[in-house]
Amino acid sequence: MSRVLLMQGNQAVVEGAIAAGVRFYGGYPITPSTEIAEGMAKRLPEVGGKFMQTEDELAGIGTVLGASLGGVRAMTATSGPGFSLKQEMIGMACSAEIPCVIVDVQRVGPATGQPTSPSQGDVMQARWGTHGDHWLIAVSPSSVPECFDLTRRAVELSEKYRCPVILLMDEVIGHMRERIELPDSYEGLAAARRKQPDVTPEDYLAYADTDGSKVPAMADFGSGYRWHVTGLVHDETGFPKGTPAATKNSQDRLRTKLEDHEDDIVQTEHYRTEDAEIVVVAFGGAARTAYEVVDMARNEGIHAGLFRPITIWPFAERAVRELAEKTQCLLVHELNCGQYVREVESAVQGRASVRLYAKYDNEPATPDELLAEIREAEKTIKGAK
Amino acid sequence: MKGMEELVDLYFRPGRLPHLWCPGCGNGVVLGALLKAIDAEGLEKDDVAVISGIGCSSRASGYVDFNTANTLHGRALPISTGLKMARPELNVITLSGDGDCSAIGGNHLIHAARRNIGLTLVVFNNSIYGMTGGQYSPLTPRGSRATTAPYLTIEPSFDILALAQAAGATFTARATTYHVPILVDVLRKGIRHEGFSIIEAVTGCPTNYGRQNKLAAPAAMMEWQKEHGVMKAAWDKLDEPAREGKFPIGVLYERTDLKEYTKAYDEIIERAQAGKEAASA
Amino acid sequence: MLKFYTKRCKGCGICAHFCPRGVLEITELNKSAIVPGKENDCISCGQCEMRCPDYAIFVKKEGA
Repeated sequence: MSRVLLMQGNQAVVEGAIAAGVRFYGGYPITPSTEIAEGMAKRLPEVGGKFMQTEDELAGIGTVLGASLGGVRAMTATSGPGFSLKQEMIGMACSAEIPCVIVDVQRVGPATGQPTSPSQGDVMQARWGTHGDHWLIAVSPSSVPECFDLTRRAVELSEKYRCPVILLMDEVIGHMRERIELPDSYEGLAAARRKQPDVTPEDYLAYADTDGSKVPAMADFGSGYRWHVTGLVHDETGFPKGTPAATKNSQDRLRTKLEDHEDDIVQTEHYRTEDAEIVVVAFGGAARTAYEVVDMARNEGIHAGLFRPITIWPFAERAVRELAEKTQCLLVHELNCGQYVREVESAVQGRASVRLYAKYDNEPATPDELLAEIREAEKTIKGAK
Repeated sequence: MKGMEELVDLYFRPGRLPHLWCPGCGNGVVLGALLKAIDAEGLEKDDVAVISGIGCSSRASGYVDFNTANTLHGRALPISTGLKMARPELNVITLSGDGDCSAIGGNHLIHAARRNIGLTLVVFNNSIYGMTGGQYSPLTPRGSRATTAPYLTIEPSFDILALAQAAGATFTARATTYHVPILVDVLRKGIRHEGFSIIEAVTGCPTNYGRQNKLAAPAAMMEWQKEHGVMKAAWDKLDEPAREGKFPIGVLYERTDLKEYTKAYDEIIERAQAGKEAASA
Repeated sequence: MLKFYTKRCKGCGICAHFCPRGVLEITELNKSAIVPGKENDCISCGQCEMRCPDYAIFVKKEGA
C-alpha cells in the first residue's frame, strides 16, 4: 500500500532517511536545508532515533561520526557555508572510513551568497572540499521522489563502502513541492548495515581487506571488538603508520575501494540519446528543464538527448566517453559559471565538441533559454559539416 | 586496587611502550591515574570508550585497550557526544589538552557542559601547545613565555572549571600529577557522576613550557604543583591575598539534581511515540 | 624491592627527586638506578612509582 502526497524535496529527504534506517541526526539550522533538520527533529524520536541541534556545523558532523562509530546510521544536512565548515570532518570520515551521509542543499555562493536561490556551485567542493587526496561518493537528485530514493541510496552506499556520501541538492529541489508516492510502511527498506567482522575480537584488524572487496569490516564501538580510530595515516591495524609503503598502501586501497566498484556506484540516466547529435549533460535541478527541452528540440527536427549523471562523484567517465564516441556535441548545462564541464571535457578529450551553458543568475534556466542554446549548438554542428 | 605494573599489563595495548611523550612529561602520570580509576570503578574494557582530540595528550587514546578514537583538533567532544547518543550504556571518557579543549574546541566544551551529557572529560592542562613546539594556549598563565609570546603573554587565562561550571557542568574537579591519589579519586568520582563531568589534570610540559619558563627540570614542575595546589577544604578558608597564584584541587562542584542528556532524550522519544507533540512546556 | 623497566625509562629524574631516602639516581646512561650502597635503604613508600610518567619503576612489597 502506498500514499500519494504533495511534498517538498527536503521533506522527502527526511522520509528517505527514516526509511533507510537513519537513527541519528546532528546538525545546525541553515537555509535552504533547515526543513531537513526540522523534519528529523519530529520524525526521528517517533521511530526511536535521536536528533540533536548542535552548537555549530562542526559539531553537527562530529556527532554524526560519533554515532556512526556506535553503529547507528547517521546523517547531517547543511548548505554551502556549513558544508565548508564540515570539510575537515568529511576528510576524517574518508580516512577513518566512517559511514555517514551529508546533505548539501546548495545556495548561491561564495560566503553568505544568496541563501534562497539555487546554484550548483558546490559541485567541485563536494568532490574536493577537504584537504588531501581523498575519495568519496556524491549523488544528486532531480525530483522530489528522487530525493527519497537517493537519500536511501546514499545511506546504503555509505554503509556498503564505508565512506561519506554527499547528497548534493540545490535550492530548487529542496524547496520544490511535487507529487510523491510513498509506501505506507518502511519495513524492509532499511539500508543494509556495514559489513561486520567474521573473526573473533582477538583476530580483528579494523582496516584489513579480508575478502578482496577493499572494504574492511567495521565493528560497532561497544560490541566487544575494541579497535582504534585515527585521522593519522594508518595501516591495517588502525594504528598510525607513516612509512612510505604504509602511506601508499592506504591511499591505494581508499582509491581503488571506490574505483573497483564503479559499476555498482555510478548511476546515470540517458534520455533519447540513442541517435542524438546534441546531448545535454545536466544533473540535479539543472536537468529538470532538459527533458521537456529535448522533446521541444526534437519537434524542430534537432536530434537532441539528455545525459544525466545521478551519481556525480565518482565521475561517470566511461559513460561520458562512450557518449562522446557516438554524438557530436555535449552541451553541459550547470547552475554555476562552469565547473562540471571541465570534468566532461577531460573525459571527452576531443571526441566530440563540448559546449557550456552556464546559468549563474539565481534562476534556473527556462525551457526557452535552454532550447536557444541547443539551437546554437545545432548551428555550429551544421556549420562545421 | 591493583598495582600500576599490573594495570599497565592489563590496559596497555601490546608494544605501545615506551610512549612518545618527552622525558618528564606528566601525561603518563595522568593516563596511569585514569587506568587506576577505570579499574577501581570496575569498568569492563568493552564498556569504555576513550575519545581524544589532537595534541600530545590526545595520543593517549591509542595506547589503551578500549574502544578508542584519536579524532580531530578540538572535536573530541562532538564525536564523544554522538557516540554517547548512539550508545548511552558506554562509559565515554574524553581526553583533551588545554588548547584542544579551550581554544579550538571551546564552543563544544560549553555546549557539552550545558547539555549535561554524561561524558567524563579529562583536560590535560600543561599550559602550552606541546606538539607544535610551545605556543601559548588560553590556559597559559599570563606573563609566560611561549614561542608565539617572545615578549610574554598579555592574555589572561581561563579558569576552565569555572567556565565549564558557568556553562552548566554538573561536576568539576582538579588535581595535579604531583597529587596522584587525589587525581585518581576525582577521576573515579567524575566517571561515577551521571551528568557531564570535567576533570582538569594539571600536568607539566618540561620540554616546551618548562624550558621557556625556568621550570625545565621535570621534578621542579611537580614541586610547583605541590606548592600551588591547595585542597578545596583549605582553599575555602583562605582569604583572597592568600589565594594569589594558587589554585584549589579536589572536587570543586557537584550537583546531581539535573537530568543527564541521553536520559532526558529518552523522554522525548516517549513523548513522540505517544503521538503528542509537546505542549509548550 | 624496586623493579626497573629500563627500556621505558627516559631519565627524567622525577623518581630520584621524590625519593625520601636518596635511594635513586639517574646514571650516565640516562636511566634511573639505585645509588650504589643504598640497596637496602628503600622503604617501599611508592613515591617513585606513583609519579613515574613512563611506568618504568615499580615497588614490589616484601612477600608480595
